[in-house]
Amino acid sequence: MSTLEVRNLYKIFGSSPKTALEMSQAGKAKDEILKETGNTIGVNDASFEVQEGETFVVMGLSGSGKSTLIRCLNRLQDPTYGEVLLDGKNIVELSEEELRHVRRKKMSMVFQNFGLFPHRTVRKNVDYGLEIQGVPEEERKEKAYEALELVGLKGYEEMTPAELSGGMQQRVGLARALVLDPDILLMDEAFSALDPLIKKNMQDELLALQEKVQKTIVFITHDLDEALKLGDRIAVMYEGRIVQIGTPEEILTHPANDYVRNFVENVDRSKVLTAESIMKKPLAVVDPKEGPSAALRKMKNEEISSIYVVDHKRRVQGVVDIADVKKLADKGEKSLKSILRKDFDTTSPDTTIVDLLPTAGTTNYPIAVVDESNKLLGLIVRVTVISGISRDGENNA
Amino acid sequence: MRTMRSLTVIPQIPIGDGFEAIVSFLERYFGWLFEIVNVIIETSVDSFEWVLLLLPPLAVIAIVAVLAWKLGSKWLAVGAFIGLSLIYSMDLWESAVDTLALVLVSSLIALMIGIPIGILAAKKQRFGDNIVRPVLDFMQTMPAFVYLIPAIILFSRGAVAGSIATIVFAMPPVVRLTNLGIRQVPSDVMEAARSLGSTGKQLLLKIQLPIALPTIFAGINQTVMLALSMVVIASMIGAGGLGSDVRSALSRVDIGPGFEAGLAVVILAMLIDRITQSLSEKNGNG
Repeated sequence: MSTLEVRNLYKIFGSSPKTALEMSQAGKAKDEILKETGNTIGVNDASFEVQEGETFVVMGLSGSGKSTLIRCLNRLQDPTYGEVLLDGKNIVELSEEELRHVRRKKMSMVFQNFGLFPHRTVRKNVDYGLEIQGVPEEERKEKAYEALELVGLKGYEEMTPAELSGGMQQRVGLARALVLDPDILLMDEAFSALDPLIKKNMQDELLALQEKVQKTIVFITHDLDEALKLGDRIAVMYEGRIVQIGTPEEILTHPANDYVRNFVENVDRSKVLTAESIMKKPLAVVDPKEGPSAALRKMKNEEISSIYVVDHKRRVQGVVDIADVKKLADKGEKSLKSILRKDFDTTSPDTTIVDLLPTAGTTNYPIAVVDESNKLLGLIVRVTVISGISRDGENNA
Repeated sequence: MRTMRSLTVIPQIPIGDGFEAIVSFLERYFGWLFEIVNVIIETSVDSFEWVLLLLPPLAVIAIVAVLAWKLGSKWLAVGAFIGLSLIYSMDLWESAVDTLALVLVSSLIALMIGIPIGILAAKKQRFGDNIVRPVLDFMQTMPAFVYLIPAIILFSRGAVAGSIATIVFAMPPVVRLTNLGIRQVPSDVMEAARSLGSTGKQLLLKIQLPIALPTIFAGINQTVMLALSMVVIASMIGAGGLGSDVRSALSRVDIGPGFEAGLAVVILAMLIDRITQSLSEKNGNG
């Protein structure tokens, strides 16, 4: 397995890339450079690191430079400046032969328009990468069949690509990349040419596949929903620059600038935001150290009608109602144990809001967000669940 | 226009003289080279003729018909049989064989030179656009008869001179269409092949040429057809074959034999066209 690191990568199109590079590094804007030198800056000072086994999504609109960026990783386009480090080795400096080795063994790519070979059968498309390495026919065939089975194309091996639907064609593209067993999978708008239902299927299957094969994936897309669904981390690109890198939640809840904010505005947050991102600080009392009077004071301060009770390790014991606590306090009792209620709901921090909705509708108390050891991490009140879905949800984070 | 020379300020550039000088220079210093070419072409044409004339005409007709059946259809085979029998019955068999031998040898040489040039023009696009294209334009638009003159000087009258003129005249389509076919390979297909680690040679042999093949075959078909038309013209410099039958009928204003020889050319042309076309369809034109 490998890690991929990109440092200060530039790709400049035009006749005088060096001048343009200097201007850009001196802080001149893209438009200005275009006007003065006629050079277009495709990728502008991109730096990021992709962890082993991670799905790293680069998202941006067309023209943002994302496709150029991914082509710099396997040098389908040569970067103007910067480094692409694969396990510490700079790909930019490799000789033709070393580069071929990387392409054959380490990095495979899946293309938006599939890029299948029309004159070869499905199986021959998949085994092309092995054929050019001189792998014997029998072994090639076997591996191709395996890869095709992995992507759900068993039985289509001897058809031609033209006989397959778009979704199936892209499966062939995926199998063609997987058959080489690369460490890194580059996917350039791999699902963008597919219609929505097929696209969703392919995304689900990629996630399932990723569980099995655990590749490092760099995935390019212009589709935010896709980015949020697939990405462990997302880099947002705008005019050749990476403007933000973060987990889907970070992108949604803390957009780095107006561009990202506008971008994420219309996303269906309920599918992305999790309990963790909308929970409030876990207000609770410890029993029996803090008695009814402490509980009463906290509830009054926070203007709430119930409070959770935890033990000294902050494990949830139950919830108490303000009326019961008052009675208890009047009696002068020290322990809340007698009035503990158990009819509360708990959830794990990575539950999505959409899955919280049914619970939020029926619960009597705030939902307790707990970890595996039942430790209280936070609370979610019903109104937060609702507002978490709405556009202003980020305020609740 | 020559009479206007004294009226104009533009000096006359002796292009014609220059070309003459080049040809005589070639003749003087590269005579040995032309001698080699001469021998190669003459031998190939002769052996083709020899084989075709050695077999009884009916056997050749049968072989061609079977070939037409294998490559094309039953109807093509029937057509080939009837057409060739007709040529035989018009007593033009030997002439037709002469013509065919010349066409096949010339086309083969034109393809052997033309396809690599087409590939090169596609790979080195600037070379293709700035050098190959204008040369091809020149070769195609220069009146075909003009090629006959240097061909005679360098190779003297006969089949070889005719063949050389034919090669020059017939080569452009296959160069153009090879170039086009390779350039038309979709860029995403090329990217995919490169991303998998293909070498340049693998790209060419396993991706570009196979995908361009139908287009290249269209070029081959055009080249062979042009070769046939030029071979008929080349009879003017003694290349022999059906062209000389047409020519002698013309000089005697003899309608009957003229028409017969012309018909034989048409039959050959149609057969060659259909057979090369079915060849291209066989190679994945769909």
